Amino acid sequence: MRHVISVLVDNEAGVLSRVSGLFSGRGFNIESLSVAPTLEANVSKMVITTIGDDQVLEQIKKQLNKLINVIKVVDYVGKEYVEREMIMIKVQAKAENRAEVLRIADIFRAKVVDVCTKSYTLELTGTKDKLEAFVELLTPLGIIDFVRSGAVVMEREMQGRRKL
Amino acid sequence: MSKIKGAAAFIESLRCEGVKHVFGYPGGAVLDIFDMLYETEDIQFILVRHEQGAVHAADGYARASGKVGVCLVTSGPGATNTVTGLATAYMDSIPIVVFSGQVSTHLIGNDAFQEADTVGITRPCTKHNFLVKDVAELPRIIKEAFYIARTGRCGPVLVDLPKDVMNALAVFKYPEAVCLQGYSPTYKGHPGQIKRIVDHILKSRNPVIYAGGGIILSNAAEELTTLARLTNIPVTTTLMGMGAYPSNEELCLGMLGMHGTFAANMAITESDCLIAIGARFDDRVTGKVEEFAPKAEIIHIDIDPTSISKNVRVDIPVVGDCRTVLKDMLAILKSRAKEVKELQTQLAPWLDQIRTWKRDKPLKYDKGSKVIKPQYVIETIDKLTPEDAIIATEVGQNQMWTAQFYNFRQPRLFLTSGGLGTMGYGFPAAIGAQVAFPKRTVIDIAGDGSIQMNIQELATAVQYKLNVKVMIINNGYLGMVRQWQSLFYKKRYAHTTMNVAPDFVKLAEAYGAHGLRVEKPADVEHAIREALATKGTVFVDFKVDPEEDVCPIVPAGAPIKNMLLV
Repeated sequence: MRHVISVLVDNEAGVLSRVSGLFSGRGFNIESLSVAPTLEANVSKMVITTIGDDQVLEQIKKQLNKLINVIKVVDYVGKEYVEREMIMIKVQAKAENRAEVLRIADIFRAKVVDVCTKSYTLELTGTKDKLEAFVELLTPLGIIDFVRSGAVVMEREMQGRRKL
Repeated sequence: MSKIKGAAAFIESLRCEGVKHVFGYPGGAVLDIFDMLYETEDIQFILVRHEQGAVHAADGYARASGKVGVCLVTSGPGATNTVTGLATAYMDSIPIVVFSGQVSTHLIGNDAFQEADTVGITRPCTKHNFLVKDVAELPRIIKEAFYIARTGRCGPVLVDLPKDVMNALAVFKYPEAVCLQGYSPTYKGHPGQIKRIVDHILKSRNPVIYAGGGIILSNAAEELTTLARLTNIPVTTTLMGMGAYPSNEELCLGMLGMHGTFAANMAITESDCLIAIGARFDDRVTGKVEEFAPKAEIIHIDIDPTSISKNVRVDIPVVGDCRTVLKDMLAILKSRAKEVKELQTQLAPWLDQIRTWKRDKPLKYDKGSKVIKPQYVIETIDKLTPEDAIIATEVGQNQMWTAQFYNFRQPRLFLTSGGLGTMGYGFPAAIGAQVAFPKRTVIDIAGDGSIQMNIQELATAVQYKLNVKVMIINNGYLGMVRQWQSLFYKKRYAHTTMNVAPDFVKLAEAYGAHGLRVEKPADVEHAIREALATKGTVFVDFKVDPEEDVCPIVPAGAPIKNMLLV
């Protein structure tokens, strides 16, 4: 089962390699990873998506917690959360396809961030599934290159929601 | 306040930690520290002959004394040579701090002379490690290193010290407390869970305590003994747990697992309530995991949450320090004296069964043999050494026979590389233990193969006039591997014959130590007496039966009840 885990860590050199080393050394998978500083400058947040059964996930969380530089580990499975990834995709802009590319971009609410005679570069954020559907639809039109970020997540604020 | 050099701050920090002994080896990157050591009289430096020996010595020092062992080595090869020692200490949760030199900060990453990415290399084999980039951080980092090494589940910590940092000036102030946001080990067990354990134990019919190295690390041997005596629950210990429970007690089953006793392995297999304390269900203990304690509800007490339900599904887990949890358990049991009495009665048939197992299938060997049996050497060492003698071993048959035939009655007397299985561990570890306790008897029980892995430390032992006695169980083979080849590889002895080996007597003498050779069973006792009575380092070369096997043995991956007994 796929799990999204966020890991609060000390923002210092070598921490990423401690975390990635833990995954490789113990045979755990990292599907995607993103890291950036948080409101507190000396703390970073990693968001890791990984796959494993309950026992593996329990070990992953315990092993992460065991690292001295790890402050907090949250597994989002069973929680309400918003998950987003970003993709930038460079698509061939042949005369016969230009309108179609823009139409698909419009449907997905992607932004055009760069245009030239031969290509469009589109930017899209969304869930993993949405991004994959976007790529699938653009593939026949000629994808030159794309780059994807790891997932980022934010827990939903549940207070007061029921009243709405 | 006046500023002092990093090297001076380093020495001051060691003083603040109460360090009295440092094992190590000098080199270019740590010259500034060694220059300070030149005038330091309250910290004794022990110069080893190979950095691996320094780490094992610090490890042996820590296991025997309970204090943090300390090492100091240079950059590059000095640091890389510590890796085996670090991994050994990491697997067995031994508190040591290794300080390694590093090239100056402006050279890091430039492939400078004797540069290695020490923090990168040692990351997976340390509990934590540090690179000190600013002299102002040095005291805090050293404080944290010692704190991390000796708290929670203990382990090795490495601190990398660039040369320019050791020369830089700063005001020295040693911090009083540590502040580590992401590190706060749980010592106190959950009261509800502890009560559940006690309820469970009181209901059980066939309970067994499976005690590991955690008992020794948390100094809980006394509490464990009290628990066993109070409840009449039999105890089996792991290799790392030897001495956690006195082997001469009636309830002691000896070691369990691959080379465990028949009684221990059968008790585990038939148990309805397995109480694992400070143990981690290692594969050498469990054999085929699915058939380990198949009838038992499993209780697991451990300070490290990752150990719980890692290999075996646990029914009642308690995260906490073994000693603290045992004390809480004892308090509850004492308040329920009537139920404890009932438990003792209801365990009578179980204890009868265990007595039968022990009587029918004890550990044994051919006592009438014309050649020296290794087991006889170990039994004789046991007979002739004082109760507080410290016994180190190498790895292989010598180690297993020691675990089987030497009676460990107290904790911290058995120094052995359990998790990593490091040949060459025992001799330097014995040196470390002897430094910690100069007046006690310290023995390394070795094989002719493994003693050669760190034999250069003979010079260290002689230089510091250490009384370490090395008993070489010389069978001319890498015996444990040969045994496996004999049992499972049709006796195809591929490269396990040590038919070229030094004359250990002459070798000891060449280093300025004493050497003895024993070739007949009748001379064993006399030779051991002579070695123990001789001042200084002694090698005793016992020419033993070359094809003696360690029995029982459970084939790898088989259930532990499937023991080959002879």
